[in-house]
Formats: sequence, structure tokens, C-alpha cells
Amino acid sequence: MTRESSLNRFGLSGARDLLRKGEVSSVDLTNACLEAIEGAGVLNAFVHKTPEIALERAEAADKRLAQGDAPKMCGLPIGIKDLFCTKGVPSQAASNILEGFKPEYESTVSQKLQDAGAVMLGKLNMDEFAMGSSNETACYGNVLNPWRRDNDDAQLTPGGSSGGSASAVAADLCLAATGTDTGGSIRQPAAFAGITGIKPTYGRCSRWGIVAFASSLDQAGPMTKSVRDAAIMLEAMCGHDPKDSTSADLTVPDFEAMLTGDIRGKTIGIPREYRMDGMPDEIEALWADGRKMMEDAGAKIVDISLPHTKYALPAYYVIAPAEASSNLARYDGVRYGHRAKLAQGDGITEMYEKTRAEGFGPEVKRRVMIGTYVLSAGFYDAYYNRARKVRTLIKKDFEDAFAAGVDYILTPATPSAAFGLGEMTDADPVRMYLNDVFTVTVNLAGLPGVSVPAGLDKQGLPLGLQLIGRPWEEGDLLNAAQVLENAAGFVAKPSKWW
Amino acid sequence: MSIDESTAAKVAKLARIKVEDDDLPALAAEFNTILGFIEQLGEVDVDGVEPMVSVTPMRLKRRVDEVTDGKMPDKVMSNAPDAREGFFAVPKVVE
Repeated sequence: MTRESSLNRFGLSGARDLLRKGEVSSVDLTNACLEAIEGAGVLNAFVHKTPEIALERAEAADKRLAQGDAPKMCGLPIGIKDLFCTKGVPSQAASNILEGFKPEYESTVSQKLQDAGAVMLGKLNMDEFAMGSSNETACYGNVLNPWRRDNDDAQLTPGGSSGGSASAVAADLCLAATGTDTGGSIRQPAAFAGITGIKPTYGRCSRWGIVAFASSLDQAGPMTKSVRDAAIMLEAMCGHDPKDSTSADLTVPDFEAMLTGDIRGKTIGIPREYRMDGMPDEIEALWADGRKMMEDAGAKIVDISLPHTKYALPAYYVIAPAEASSNLARYDGVRYGHRAKLAQGDGITEMYEKTRAEGFGPEVKRRVMIGTYVLSAGFYDAYYNRARKVRTLIKKDFEDAFAAGVDYILTPATPSAAFGLGEMTDADPVRMYLNDVFTVTVNLAGLPGVSVPAGLDKQGLPLGLQLIGRPWEEGDLLNAAQVLENAAGFVAKPSKWW
Repeated sequence: MSIDESTAAKVAKLARIKVEDDDLPALAAEFNTILGFIEQLGEVDVDGVEPMVSVTPMRLKRRVDEVTDGKMPDKVMSNAPDAREGFFAVPKVVE
């Protein structure tokens, strides 16, 4: 294999260093990725390709590099989750209801990445409206995980909702990708695909121009091939935005400069409530390994309690659908997207009802209706207000742990390795929801959480560990994550079958 | 709290999603599974606990009350399924 044709295998930091030395061009990197994308149609990760935009931006990046005024991500080709509005490029949240929608504007996060010099290769598949944990609810069809079990060819899920992003990064179709995370949608697919993913503190990244699912929980973040890459890309994505009233007006530090490799004297909490009944031994063993790695690096390990953990998923499945039912009310067939064909005599109510019945998939309908129910007169207090009170308690669990001196919390990222596509089809929806059991608490508490690949199970599938940090301390958290990454020494890649 | 078919139909109506009568029993069953899961919240002692409004304690920023954007009707309408003469067109609303 020539070097040019394997440039897509680089991560952000490796490619950046070569670009700065003038050893490769952004056009070469971009062409290598475009070629890899063309050869990976079966994975169904990229659903709207933008090669013209990519090459135009790559050429501009090469000029800036030559002139010596290159911003931090100059010339680095990345994929963008379909949830981000990108000007003039289809942005439909993997839903039929947004078919044909081409935004007249660019989301703040994708604009920031563009301003940092990154090159957009196209839009990535995902669960419809980011609702799902297996990327099986997309209007574009399922995404395949490039990883397969050692002993069979069964098609596996890359996780969800950022499944296209996870698959594309793991299969080297791009150097990195954006994801979004409402209950685990960056961290669970990152774990299933053997890559790194961080959900920053709520308010770090502007939500403007990202199709809303549950506004009090949604956050964008990077999905990358290393912790260093995550630091580089997160910095480019973060920052205050007057167009998002919940975006934090805080200075964004140089996250990469904070990767010192030193966590001596830090305290790491191990929450006893994350030891679940029926958890596979391999996950338990991986968690114990992670604990040992951090201890060897000079951290102090303490057992902690987060007593309301058990109630996080039920609270999430009130709050997220409630917010979704409100956010998704805008899809009415009037201003954008799909409008149903009407029968003689149909009025505006029929137009709404038919449009939404045709445009939304089953999981989205289910969640919108559950949200409608928990917000309806007579149930608002019993469900919605109670869930918000429980959310207060879940956040307090974390605050108490941090107040007692804990710097980071170490947990498994997921309760299992990637499962087979279709395996959950006949299961009740709640079983699918359990995928997010270790990640959803972090969204409810608004904290930063990072998933790092830390080992393979006995079938050869990647497993991830999660580190949870204090609010706004992503830099410190990424430093700890890199210590874990180095100690785990995870270098495995899926063998190419596609 | 168990949801019957008529409640499921009412919820679908409130959500403005057309559900065929034949699909109501399955929908009601799914609602019951999910609500059964949510019922666990009843075990938590929430006396005196404030419902969360904002996960990060921050005061919303104020800005000057002035027009910052506009004068782009073509862009606003460009994705509409049916736009005519600068308006979004919909079926008859008032009889």
C-alpha cells in the first residue's frame, strides 16, 4: 500500500504534524478519505457525500498552510453527523420528515470547525433524531460496525445514535467526526467501535443549528482516534455563542497543552452502584484493570456511592421524551421538510397528523407520544416534575462525591460489547434503553464524560471505559483519559472486510 | 396507571400523529411497558427537593432588545413544501 492511499489512517494530530512539515497536503489527505468512503458503501456511514466542498476547502487549506497562517485544524478532513445543519447540504437528522431540507445556515459547531480549517467530507448516518442506541432507526438504513466477532461474520451495530460517526472513524473513512450525546450517543458508539469520544460539560458547545432532541441534555462532542485528537477537536468546537442562551461564557483552554500525563495525587472514585447484576465478567474485569492502571499511575482509588443511579434511566425516559415532544412539534409540514398528500376535504389538523405519521419513524413517534403523555394535564406533576426532582438528586450525588475530594469517576462505558443488528428487534423498548445505563447519569448531571477504548472481549470486540469529570474541567479529564489510553495500550483495528 | 386504547388514541391526537385503529392495542402495550419502567420513580423520596430547571447554575445573558437579523424572506421560505407570494400556504384553517 502506498503512503498516499493510506493517509486516511492517520488521526488528527499525526496528520496535522505532517501537514505542518509540508510532507503531505490536505488535498492528498482528503482524496485518501474520499477514496476510502467510496470503497465503504456497505458500512452505510456516509449518507450525504460532499467531495466538491471537501476538495475546495482542502485546496484553500493547503494555501493557508503554505502561507503560514494555518488555524489549528487546518486541512484535516472530518465527517459531520447528519444532526448538524450545514449550509446548502442536506441535513435531515436521518428522518424522512426532513427529506430534501437544505439549511440556509451553518450550525455554530460546524462553522467553528470550518473556521479552524477542518475539511468536511460529508454527512454521517445516525439514529433518527438521535433517538436510539443501535443506529437501526435511521431513514437511511442501518449502519454497520467495521468490527466483527473473531468467529462469525454477523453484522454488528456500531451503537447509536452517533453510529455513522463511530463506524466512519473506526474504518478510517475520515480522521475524526462530530457526534452528539443526549444519553450516551457519543460514548456508547465510541466504545462499540474502539474509538475515543467525549461529551463535554453542558453549555461548552453551542447547540445552535443542531437539530434539537432534548435541549437540556444535548451536547456535541468529537469522536476521534485518540485522546489527543479529542483534545484538539474539542477545543475547536467549544466556545460561547450568543445564539444559544445556555452556552457558557467561559474561556476555552488549550486542551491539548493540558495533556501532561501526570495524575499523581488525583483521586478516582469507583461508584458501587455501577456494579450491575448480570454484567458480563469481561466488563467487570476491564473495570478492575482500569482501576489498577490509574493506581499504577499514582492516583488514589476510593469507593464511592452515587445512590440515585438506579433512577437515572427512568428519569431520562420522562425528561428526554417530554422535551422531544415539544422540540419536534415544529415538524408540521408547513415550513420545511415533508408534507403528506392530502385527501379532498382534509384540513390543517389532518395535514399535521398525516405528515407526522408518514415522516416520523416508530421510535420517534413512540417518544413523542410518551412525552406528550407525561406532560399532559393530570400527569405533569406525577411524571415530569417528579423526574426533574430526581434529576436534582442525581446531580447532587455527583456534587457530593466531588465535594468529598473525588477528581474523576471511573466506570464501564457500556454494559456489553457491540451486539448484532436486529438482535433487539423483538425486545421491548426498555431493553434497548439499558444500553445507556452507565452514560445517562452524566447527561442528567450536565458533566463531562469520556469513553476510551481499553480492551477486547474474548470474541475480539472492543470495550470501553468511561471517565467522568468535574464541570468545565474537560482538560483535566482528557489528561486522565490519556493516562488510561497509554496504560491500556489499545491499538487494535478492525480487519478490513468491506 | 395502565393505558387503554382510548387513552392511547387521545395521546396520539394530542401529539398530532395519525395512528390507525388497528395499531392502537400494540401502541397501548408499548406505553404500558415504558410507563411501567418509569413508575420506579415513585420509590424516590423527593420531599422538599426542587425540580431541576437548569443543570448549570447560570443566569441567562441579557442583550439589547434590537433587530439583529431579517430581510431574507426567500431564504426563510426556500425549504417550504408550499410557499406562495411570500407566504407559507396551508389548507383552509377557518371555515
